[in-house]
Amino acid sequence: MEHKLLTEHYNKDNYKSLEGYKQCGGYETLKLALNKQPKELVEMVKASGLRGRGGAGFPTGVKWSFLPDNNEPRYLLCNADEGEPGTFKDRMMMEKAPHQLIEGMIISAFAIQSHKSYIYIRGEYTDSISIIEQALKEAYKQGYLGKNILNSGFDHEMDIYVGAGAYICGEETGMISSLEGKKGQPKLKPPYPAVKGYLEKPTVVNNVETLAAVVPIVRDGAEKYKAIGTERSAGTKIFSVSGNVVKPGNYEVPLGYPLMDMINKLCGGLPPGRKLKACIPGGSSAPVLTAEECEKACLDYENLMDLGSMLGSGAIIVIDDSNSMVDILSVIMHFYHHESCGQCTPCREGTGWLDQIVKNILHGKGRLQDLDLIQNISQHMMGKTICALSDAAALPAISFVTKFKNEFIDYIQQNKISSDNLNQVV
Amino acid sequence: MFKLSPEGIEFVKKEMVRYETKLSAVIPCLYRVQDENEGWISPECVAYLSRLMDLGESEIYEVLTFYTMFNQKPVKPLHVQVCCNVSCAMQGSRKILEELKKQNNSNVTLSAVECLGSCDTAPVLQINREPYMEKVSLEQITKTLQERTSS
Ligand SMILES: Cc1cc2nc3c(=O)[nH]c(=O)nc-3n(C[C@H](O)[C@H](O)[C@H](O)COP(=O)(O)O)c2cc1C
Ligand code: SF4
Ligand code: FES
Repeated sequence: MEHKLLTEHYNKDNYKSLEGYKQCGGYETLKLALNKQPKELVEMVKASGLRGRGGAGFPTGVKWSFLPDNNEPRYLLCNADEGEPGTFKDRMMMEKAPHQLIEGMIISAFAIQSHKSYIYIRGEYTDSISIIEQALKEAYKQGYLGKNILNSGFDHEMDIYVGAGAYICGEETGMISSLEGKKGQPKLKPPYPAVKGYLEKPTVVNNVETLAAVVPIVRDGAEKYKAIGTERSAGTKIFSVSGNVVKPGNYEVPLGYPLMDMINKLCGGLPPGRKLKACIPGGSSAPVLTAEECEKACLDYENLMDLGSMLGSGAIIVIDDSNSMVDILSVIMHFYHHESCGQCTPCREGTGWLDQIVKNILHGKGRLQDLDLIQNISQHMMGKTICALSDAAALPAISFVTKFKNEFIDYIQQNKISSDNLNQVV
Repeated sequence: MFKLSPEGIEFVKKEMVRYETKLSAVIPCLYRVQDENEGWISPECVAYLSRLMDLGESEIYEVLTFYTMFNQKPVKPLHVQVCCNVSCAMQGSRKILEELKKQNNSNVTLSAVECLGSCDTAPVLQINREPYMEKVSLEQITKTLQERTSS
């Protein structure tokens, strides 16, 4: 069953206007929040169990409480750089419900007492950019942003910043570098952004969906939110489903929802006559699941971790038996090679080698020892770099060649050239 | 000699004070320059922008060379960017790109790009910085390009 806490009004045409948003109770929660103590709001978000929806799943309220208790200016950055292959939930939120994000951000900013925030939107998202620009104008005009918001004495300025095509700017410190006007390379942590972030000032970076979820939490109370989902994975999550399903799209469900129900009940199953072969449950960085593992998988942080994968950004790519796993891994390795920012040797060299080796196998030039080589290179890429892109490339590589070893061996032994099944025009 | 339009110069001046640091204005200003220079940024454009913003050329090159949406070589009037990441590849986007290459349209630059964040409507492509074309077929994009390059 879908549980529409964030996506409830997506199908209303005028919901993206301030007028339409208000008709559905929009900005009422902001009034509620401004009458509370900021600390109370932080506690509320902590108690709700909300975890970051951008990929790492860090508890949001806990992150907020890492801000130092001083008078330095602090920044709130909304991560709308959505680049993880398979993910399209943040774009949908910005296009269908921009004010929901903005309201969530104002409440969050008040909670952490920040007077300036940016929404960092990837440059390709031209529709999202213009819709958010328009929504910000409306919010300023109505006094939800600017000086003395709704006579509360709280000031907050919000602006957007447009990226220019670099997946790595989705990594929070890469985003900070980019926003500072430098090349978007990640920075070594610690210090964490909460202590030293944008312009070396305390900074909270949160994903679009995370910030939007603050609205129902403050509106309905932490208890109510916590009651949705599982013990340790609270609330709802929007999953972007693509690949071989009849009805791809964004689906919001309580965390813990079975993966096979997502595929069969909500997405209309696989195309007729096809069989499930594998599934990537959390964006291309997440280790792939075999069809057998999919049967057991539930969509929450712990269950997917137990299966050796992860929830990531909530992007589910469904793969049926018409696809070549070698080909898919090759696409994924090409991506990480292309997007590595090049600062760290294990990542720069490792992604390059993985890309090349998998390409060789795909083109019938592989050797059996390449499979061990892939494992070996991947092992040397994990936990050794400034950011997690290197791990994000190594993990799928290991899982593909381990779980679909026979397919890789087929390509190598039979000199099987790319079966081209990904290349067919549908 | 490249020069921004008066509106372009006005835009740059505004962006320079819009963010906390002047450096943050480099990305938006590069977009503007690219838009006013037929879709690409030449060394001459960089020299011009560095004078206008009073920044070192190296500071501008640092940004320019890092991001894929800035073109450092001339592009044709229609820059067709076809997503070739997993979900689009599964729906035949690479085949579409191959076929478009064969058409050799002199007004079109073709690029394979990474996930555009619209995987449920694969295959997806973007022309210049316009709204995406979704669930696009080879016939559809061929027709669009023909129409737009003949007029
Ligand atoms: C390589 C890489 C790419 C990332 N891309 C994104 C992204 O596109 N969007 C996002 O919200 N988080 C992304 N993240 C996660 C961010 O670093 C950060 O954890 C997140 O924005 C924090 O927000 P949250 O706690 O609300 O999830 C990425 C991380 C890595 C390592
Ligand atoms: S791990 Fe890769 S992407 Fe991340 S900082 Fe190092 S080189 Fe750059
Ligand atoms: S894979 Fe093409 S839009 Fe995501």
